[in-house]
Amino acid sequence: MEAESSQLVFYLLSFIIVIAAICVVTLKNIFHSALFLILVLFGVAGIYILLNAEFLAAVQVLIYVGAVSVLIIFAIMLTSHLTSRKIKQSNEQVTLAVFICAGFLLASLASIANTVWRITDRPMPEHNTLTIGKLLMNDYVLPFEIVSVVLLAALIGAIVLARKEGT
Amino acid sequence: MEMAGLFKYLYELLVSSGLPQLWVDIIALICAGFIMFGFLAVVALFLVWWERKVSAHIQQRFGPMRTGWHGWLQTIADAIKLLQKEDIIPSTADRSVFFWAPVIAFVAAFLAYVCIPFGKGLIVSDLNIGILYIVAITTFTVISLLMAGWGSNNKYALLGGMRSAAQIVSYEVPMMISILTIVLFTESLSMMDIVQSQAKIYQWYIFRLPFGPIAFIIYLIAGTAETNRTPFDLPEAEQELVAGFNIEYSGMKFAMFFLAEFVNMFTVSAIGATLFLGGWQGPFLPSWIWFMGKTLFLVFILMWFRWTYPRLRVDQLMEFSWKFLLPVSFANLILAGLMKYSKWFNW
Repeated sequence: MEAESSQLVFYLLSFIIVIAAICVVTLKNIFHSALFLILVLFGVAGIYILLNAEFLAAVQVLIYVGAVSVLIIFAIMLTSHLTSRKIKQSNEQVTLAVFICAGFLLASLASIANTVWRITDRPMPEHNTLTIGKLLMNDYVLPFEIVSVVLLAALIGAIVLARKEGT
Repeated sequence: MEMAGLFKYLYELLVSSGLPQLWVDIIALICAGFIMFGFLAVVALFLVWWERKVSAHIQQRFGPMRTGWHGWLQTIADAIKLLQKEDIIPSTADRSVFFWAPVIAFVAAFLAYVCIPFGKGLIVSDLNIGILYIVAITTFTVISLLMAGWGSNNKYALLGGMRSAAQIVSYEVPMMISILTIVLFTESLSMMDIVQSQAKIYQWYIFRLPFGPIAFIIYLIAGTAETNRTPFDLPEAEQELVAGFNIEYSGMKFAMFFLAEFVNMFTVSAIGATLFLGGWQGPFLPSWIWFMGKTLFLVFILMWFRWTYPRLRVDQLMEFSWKFLLPVSFANLILAGLMKYSKWFNW
């Protein structure tokens, strides 16, 4: 019963995600595309919850929906005449895009097929937030710090770019 | 008179009816949803009336007086009036976005109540990630405001939506850090654990000097900004933007935005009461009365702010968040970390 219902939820979520993702790339109105992108990201958070990774799901919503999507929508809103007829709403680089996407698809399929998926019978850790925190601060502290430095560099770079000359 | 006992009794009644466990859970959750919805609708109506009364008395007026005793039926009459209004959609609006914006605002406002502890054992679901879930799910409010701004196809609405999004994103950072200061001490994100760590009055986080009061004040300021209230109500600054993001909305859709705003105000106060004022803990009275009392007290403080302070300018608003609140909250977090490390609070 448990496995069946979670499988049902998985297919439902996947259906929503796939349909929304198709809408993201096919819709003519870029604002609508951004909104469907939010739906995709939210659906992925649902998949995380299905996998008992609540912490990851919350962070997914917080960062992707709360920050990245808002940034995308901001960029759309600040671009003038985005939906007017002066700007072409179609893409001229379809062939190139098809090749790149096909390559990306092949690469991800190959990596899925070649990965050995480790499945254990051990119960889930009860506090996975605690476990993630401990891992980040002990075993993976170096990657964690490097990512922080990269983000800091991006932040400083943005400030330098946005700053007007001579002020 | 604990409310939890009543709900437990009802749940056991449902279990004894012999339905399969899955159906029992589904029915229980749907019932919990309806109870929560009814409760919050009443709370929102009450808060609208209270806000009008508080503002009136601050300005030496009486406010609504004619509908019922001291005008208590006024918001109910207003709600019925809004329900009867014609649903107007501007001809240039982006229809689907225009339609979904108030729905998302409304749903996002209610979703936070999945894990707010109303009393001893009185919580819909005590999630492991409690407070993080609330912070994450309420970000949908920003999306709804941006959708309203874009969908209305009106320059005032667009500017209002942009301003509110910029404001909420900026003030979310100090708010999160002040919440993090508390989580550092509870060592848990679950709302019930946060309440349980403040069993005695001197354990309330607001009384844990010196980091507690600082975190509380930062939380309160950021919370005022998150709910777009004066002195941070630039998104709906009447003199500049007429009404802000909801300018094109009328009837029930406007009512949904309006109710969502008041529910959000109650959410901010409820989280504040849970994190800093000991949640439902308190002597003599039942726990849910303590919770409601503390929350309504914080709501009153937010209203008090609104009717006594003038509005900030856009540049002042951003500078205040990034150049003052953020450094102070970071310093406070480091201070709290040091105190935690040196075992200053061993109780």
